[in-house]
Amino acid sequence: MSGTKKSPWIIHYDGSSCNGCDIEVLAALTPLYDAERFGVINTGNPKHADIFVVTGAINEQNKNVVKQIYDQMLEPKIVVACGACACGGGVYRECYNVSGGVDQVIPVDAYVSGCAIKPESLFDAIVAGVEILEQKRQALKKSNKAKPNISTKDKA
Amino acid sequence: MSKRTIIPFGPQHPVLPEPVHLDLVLEDELVVDAIPRIGFVHRGLEKLVEKRDYTQFVYITERICGICSFGHSYGYSECIEQLMQIEVPPRAQYLRVIFHELSRIHSHLLWLGLMADAFGYEALFMHCWRLRETVLDIFERITGGRVIFSACNVGGFKREVSNNQLAGIVTELEKLQQEYKTISKAFLEDSSVKNRMVGIGYISKKDATMHSMVGPFARASGLAIDERLDKVGAYGELSSFVPVTSEDGDCYARCAVRIEEVNQSIAIIKELSGKIPDGEIMNKPKGKIDKGALAMTTLEQPRGQAFYYAKGNGTKFLERMRVRTPTSQNLSGLVAALQGCEFADVPVIILTIDPCISCTER
Repeated sequence: MSGTKKSPWIIHYDGSSCNGCDIEVLAALTPLYDAERFGVINTGNPKHADIFVVTGAINEQNKNVVKQIYDQMLEPKIVVACGACACGGGVYRECYNVSGGVDQVIPVDAYVSGCAIKPESLFDAIVAGVEILEQKRQALKKSNKAKPNISTKDKA
Repeated sequence: MSKRTIIPFGPQHPVLPEPVHLDLVLEDELVVDAIPRIGFVHRGLEKLVEKRDYTQFVYITERICGICSFGHSYGYSECIEQLMQIEVPPRAQYLRVIFHELSRIHSHLLWLGLMADAFGYEALFMHCWRLRETVLDIFERITGGRVIFSACNVGGFKREVSNNQLAGIVTELEKLQQEYKTISKAFLEDSSVKNRMVGIGYISKKDATMHSMVGPFARASGLAIDERLDKVGAYGELSSFVPVTSEDGDCYARCAVRIEEVNQSIAIIKELSGKIPDGEIMNKPKGKIDKGALAMTTLEQPRGQAFYYAKGNGTKFLERMRVRTPTSQNLSGLVAALQGCEFADVPVIILTIDPCISCTER
């Protein structure tokens, strides 16, 4: 078992959600649910994170922000779409400023249902997501066999 | 004059769960100006009234914001009831106020947690959120939902809550209050917390009036404005109600005002659940809304005054529906509070207005 699997770090971005899912994502980290006992840590730095948790639907304003955060994250990485809005627009899908779910901008690995989500269902998604993360890591290990390019020989 | 630097703050920032962007103009370490940019969460909810009829729209208003979710459905229902002249049964009015005050407790505890996190007290953050779960458990037990629970609808209240259950809620709140005392001590008496908050982000009473600030943010600057004073619904049945105010106008005062408001809400719930009348809880609305009918209501949300406007057009659909939310009122006050502060104090000051971006942008 790899370190990533034992302790996946998450980064959370609120797309255009109503806060309902955001506070539930935070509630999952606090004492009643305590995701930290499984090694899940919330970070603000995309470079540190393995799991990108997005709540809320995508609109023109936040499209690039979501994309930028995703691009900054290092491989292997997975995306969890949290709540009905992030999955496909939810109650807002007919609004003029909502273009739909997160999967329109970045590839999504796990979908969490509910409006708002329950912390338990986020746990399920993280557990399922960690398996995908592990597969991605194994694949990456096979393809990336680069060794450090250093030399100790005297070239002169 | 030293060189000016502009530092972007947000939209993705560790202290804020929500996206808001501020361009901070700095001279060395001092913030000279702050330019907010919003629009990351705009969805265009108000236009959805054209596609949902007035009873379905309650579910949309609930999703204006997940924290003041109940408050929005309450405010909207009151507005439509005024529009259609529906009498709400007294028991439903009491239940609405009880649930609204419970929402205020959970919202303020959530805010206290985020505040503790902003000045670096992670354990305190955890304790605040642990206490908050008591309120969420009450919601889940009675309605099935934790944060968005569709308990309020036009014409009344949808879930019958027995008097036994109400007594149970009061017992649980009393238990919560015991632990809450310890937590509030950490906020109000700890010397390092005081160092972070006393005198920071000062707003005078005159400035508070000038920026039309609302809610605890305004009350901490000495303005005694509170929509609960209007005695709408079951608020009129309270034996007395005096809004919590402070003259200091700094971050510490804002924190102290919110801490006391939780105790006030617990007292309101205790009083109302003691004298709640029996009877019906729903008076189902029938028919269409008259063309040109207008209604305006206000409601004291956890963050301040919210304003609801609705206009009928002779069908089951509304012509126009508008919400003015507390944070949009407070943003100009926030910019004033940020001017002249140190860069390291910015997160704390932003949090003391209790920003709710998803309300603001809808």
